[in-house]
Amino acid sequence: MALDDRKRSATEERLAAMQVPDVGCTGAARAAALERLRAMGLPQGRDEYWKFTRPDTLVQAEPPRAAVLRHDEAWMFDAVDRLRIFFVDGVYSPELSDDLSLEGVEIDRLEDVCCTHDHWAEDLYGTLEAAGQTPVERPLAALNTAFAGDGVTIRVTGRPSRPINLVYTHESETSDVFLHHVLRIEEGAEATILENGPAAARFNKCMEIDIADGGTLHHVRAQGRDHERRAVTHVFARLGRESVFKSFTLTVNGVLTRNETVIELTGDDAVAHVAGACLGDGDFHHDDTVFVTHDAVNCESRQVFKKVLRNGATGVFQGKILVKPGAQKTDGYQISQSLLLDEDSQFLAKPELEIYADDVICSHGSTSGAIDEEALFYLRARGVPEKAATDLLTLAFLAEAVDEIENEALRVDIVERLQTWLERRSG
Amino acid sequence: MLKIKGLKVDLEEEEKSILKGVDLTVEAGRVHAIMGPNGSGKSTLSYVLSGKDGYEVTGGSATLDGADLLEMEPEERAAAGLFLAFQYPVEIPGVGNMTFLRTAVNAQRKARGEEEMSATEFLKVIRAKAKALKIDADMLKRPVNVGFSGGEKKRNEILQMAMLEPRMCILDETDSGLDVDAMKLVAEGVNALRDEGRGFLVITHYQRLLDHIKPDVVHIMADGRIVKSGGPELALEVENNGYSDILAEVA
Repeated sequence: MALDDRKRSATEERLAAMQVPDVGCTGAARAAALERLRAMGLPQGRDEYWKFTRPDTLVQAEPPRAAVLRHDEAWMFDAVDRLRIFFVDGVYSPELSDDLSLEGVEIDRLEDVCCTHDHWAEDLYGTLEAAGQTPVERPLAALNTAFAGDGVTIRVTGRPSRPINLVYTHESETSDVFLHHVLRIEEGAEATILENGPAAARFNKCMEIDIADGGTLHHVRAQGRDHERRAVTHVFARLGRESVFKSFTLTVNGVLTRNETVIELTGDDAVAHVAGACLGDGDFHHDDTVFVTHDAVNCESRQVFKKVLRNGATGVFQGKILVKPGAQKTDGYQISQSLLLDEDSQFLAKPELEIYADDVICSHGSTSGAIDEEALFYLRARGVPEKAATDLLTLAFLAEAVDEIENEALRVDIVERLQTWLERRSG
Repeated sequence: MLKIKGLKVDLEEEEKSILKGVDLTVEAGRVHAIMGPNGSGKSTLSYVLSGKDGYEVTGGSATLDGADLLEMEPEERAAAGLFLAFQYPVEIPGVGNMTFLRTAVNAQRKARGEEEMSATEFLKVIRAKAKALKIDADMLKRPVNVGFSGGEKKRNEILQMAMLEPRMCILDETDSGLDVDAMKLVAEGVNALRDEGRGFLVITHYQRLLDHIKPDVVHIMADGRIVKSGGPELALEVENNGYSDILAEVA
């Protein structure tokens, strides 16, 4: 696609001010990413894929200042025993992090990829991101591959006893962070990855996940309370035969969050579930952009996204299921719903199906609605006060998404966070 | 206990008068039945007493143990001891029946300044009460009323009543949609709750339910008023002759 001059010059101007970091043996991948980026240009407001979410603050040279919220409550996921890896404003912190040795898994820092000969991640870095650029361009992911300053590589060979928790803390009001993680789940291996924390004033994170045949990855993340931060994240997952990927994201607060999830089902009988629950208030803007490609037989995919919006908050959902020729027996499901707690909030949804196989089941639905008055009265008539009844119905609305978290302790932790958030907001 | 005096109610949106001066007193320990043809205002009375939106009280009063019901929020009425068994129990996807009941029981206790029921105690109590109503563990776990049959929904209402132990129970056409066996089960549940300190107002179209829940007083309601009151024999009269004779008589 030919790039128009305005976009080209804006992109070149932006890139001229940036320095590709020298991290690990990723130089070739970074150069290739830069080339990809130059060809597609950085996103602009008039791009079709950015119609509902303004990209300017994600693209401009300096991020808007973002106040740092002091950490005054228990860490997310404190209820579970886990291996924690801390990044402070995007820089790995060995002091805060736990010892990285854990049976059944190899964890390295991105910069260590060069110190080891034939590091497994060398060939993977940037690969899934590059593959995920068609049919829809994701320039901010290419930007990430080119400029990521830190990250980890995680190779799961067994069944580690603890989840691995990536924690992103935010200390500087002007931090501008690119993090890039590469994960490989080997045949039959299984792990859980947790992510939480506000990360930075501006956070661009990319996670490439390669799941071999029979591998399983559970991914649960909570996007933090720092309201002024801006975040764009990409997950690129490639699934082999009989593999399983289940991802859930909770987002509360944030003036701008765009979470892109790109999933390729490349082996038969694979299962991918991606779910999200978000609670937004005021100038909250949250965008879930999901693209699931079925390129094998008898695979199952589910997209379950629920948004609770109030006081003018905006929710966006762009979700697509693409069933390639030959991907017979595909079972695809997609639901995106919003609960609008007042007249000022809005939900913008673009659900899409594109199917080139004839023996498939694909369903999708998208709704916006208010609290069910009949249910509210029923609860109140049983003695539940109006606020508590509304909270209960709000949690019930989110349940289908939250129930996608298989691990009970993690699910309970998420529900408790939701409850706290709801209780904090009275009236 | 429940005192209704000259209660007049309009539909808020249509400016239509539904209740045109209802007088009714239910004493503790007694079961009153209200019968009447469709559109006479029976269900409206139950909704207005429990605090549903959409109605405007234009005159009269309703008190429970001397407290003005009409000034209270629905949840305050419930905490004060008023219970409405819904004609159409509402389905609430995503909220477990057990969670719902425990939230309700403890919200009422809290409102009354009583200690909340612990999870263990609650479980013990609910199991016993559910068993009597033939409500199995699965029904307790499922979301409130979702996928319940008509009979299951009504039994679930009675279970809620048994758990909440209200002072004043209003049953709005609890017999509708029930077969004979289900009606007997529901009636047994209600009868088990009959108590010196508790009043009942049973709203029904048919005399059938009153074979199982024996009323002390029967009222006939028509066109927004109670037009005749009497003993259980009044219900039999309705069953045998319909409403037209009584209505003609009072006209």
